[in-house]
Amino acid sequence: MKHIKTLNTQTLNHTVKKGGCGECQTSCQSACKTSCTVGNQTCEQKK
Amino acid sequence: MIHQYQNNGYNIVLDVNSGAVHVVDQEAYDVIRVLNELNSGHTKETLEDPRTALYLKERLGDLYAEEDLMDILGAVRELTEQGRLFTRDIYEDYIGEVKKRKTVVKALCLHIAHDCNLACRYCFAEEGEYHGRRALMPYEVGRKALDFLIANSGNRRNLEVDFFGGEPLMNWQVVKDLVAYGREQEKLHDKRFRFTITTNGVLLNDEVQEFVNREMDNVVLSLDGRKEVNDRMRPFRNGRGSYDLIVPKFQKLAQSRGQQKYYIRGTFTRENLDFSEDVLHFAELGFRQISIEPVVGDDTDPYAIRMEDLPQIFDEYDRLAKIMVEREKSGRGFNFFHFMIDLEGGPCVSKRLSGCGSGTEYLAVTPWGDLYPCHQFVGQEEFLMGNVDEGIKRPEIAEEFRGCSVYSKESCRECFARFYCSGGCMANSYKFHHTIHDTYEVSCEMERKRVECAIMIKAALADE
Repeated sequence: MKHIKTLNTQTLNHTVKKGGCGECQTSCQSACKTSCTVGNQTCEQKK
Repeated sequence: MIHQYQNNGYNIVLDVNSGAVHVVDQEAYDVIRVLNELNSGHTKETLEDPRTALYLKERLGDLYAEEDLMDILGAVRELTEQGRLFTRDIYEDYIGEVKKRKTVVKALCLHIAHDCNLACRYCFAEEGEYHGRRALMPYEVGRKALDFLIANSGNRRNLEVDFFGGEPLMNWQVVKDLVAYGREQEKLHDKRFRFTITTNGVLLNDEVQEFVNREMDNVVLSLDGRKEVNDRMRPFRNGRGSYDLIVPKFQKLAQSRGQQKYYIRGTFTRENLDFSEDVLHFAELGFRQISIEPVVGDDTDPYAIRMEDLPQIFDEYDRLAKIMVEREKSGRGFNFFHFMIDLEGGPCVSKRLSGCGSGTEYLAVTPWGDLYPCHQFVGQEEFLMGNVDEGIKRPEIAEEFRGCSVYSKESCRECFARFYCSGGCMANSYKFHHTIHDTYEVSCEMERKRVECAIMIKAALADE
């Protein structure tokens, strides 16, 4: 039996070098307007 | 840094600095906990050290077979080597570089109307007036705002403009004229405007719907949930409830957009802590893109969320997450904004470190053209940054916002959710602590819970 199942293949550290293009959505614009939610956004380069 | 928790029967291990999420059995859950207690900074070498295996056997040998313990230790070592467990925070050194980068303005919140036809009790904009006078933005001011955005956006192609209020439909002709101006200018400057609008729906009609569907990338529809909940907090100025008038219009609009690119967006307060019922009410009304979030009120407001309310709120999030899993599996799923999490294609580290962009990439424009770091700072004179005629007059304000990150906030350093909320809302921090370099603890507690639920949902949906 496998004890550990990993859900994602990508890791954050891989985005250090190629990230930061700035084309992504501004977090507050989308729906919230009263809190900061960044982790749910999609990278514009991966669309 | 490792965060592990159990939710809805799933044992979840989050490796905070890599973002790797592991769903594990009870044995592996215990092994990782014990290893983390021994040394939270494990490396491949420390995990290979015979003393580590010995320690594991001492701690868990009575509960589990040695063979299993060693199997799991081997798997942990492998994941650590791959940078998916016990990963170090290498980003603090990188933050200086990110923050030094020249930023451009990429989004504006246009306060197209400082006036409103509802009188919501919790409105941070004080029924649309924002500590000031009632006003509608003249076309000329809006045009200069779009010019300012284009001129300050550098090479950034996608530009966002939200028509906000008060209630933007109270100044509808100017909205339409500004969209037309934007469409003309984007061709000239090789830009692409993504317009959005936030509305209470009172003035929504077929003409508005047709225009919005043609031109707006997203629409935020404000409604709080069940009729009694909505009407208590969102009455007309004469006290009458708004639910009956608005719901059919929102249903029609959502349907006409193919149930995409909109949010039905509500606020929950201390008066409806059973807010999962409001989310489910939206789902029953046929909405598929749902956001309901906690009110931010002063401690003296009777409806404000208090620390003592958190256990009930956590139970509500747990309940909602479980129901969403069941519904998704039976083909009746819906999207809840605060449970959205993209484990594969989420934002880069640079974005996660930089926060929401207020004061630098994102600015709010008042009806008379003043610039503020975001819509929540409008009317607070100490944050007046400039205006659409002269541009940024007080760059030191932008500098202060630029310096804000998860590393400038002490309480974020030990928080597992820091790469999901990005340090939280600066306006909330200022409201409660008079500095943007702090956090609002009630909000942080809820954010952590939401991240846990969001990851659990991913685990449950991967578990077929």
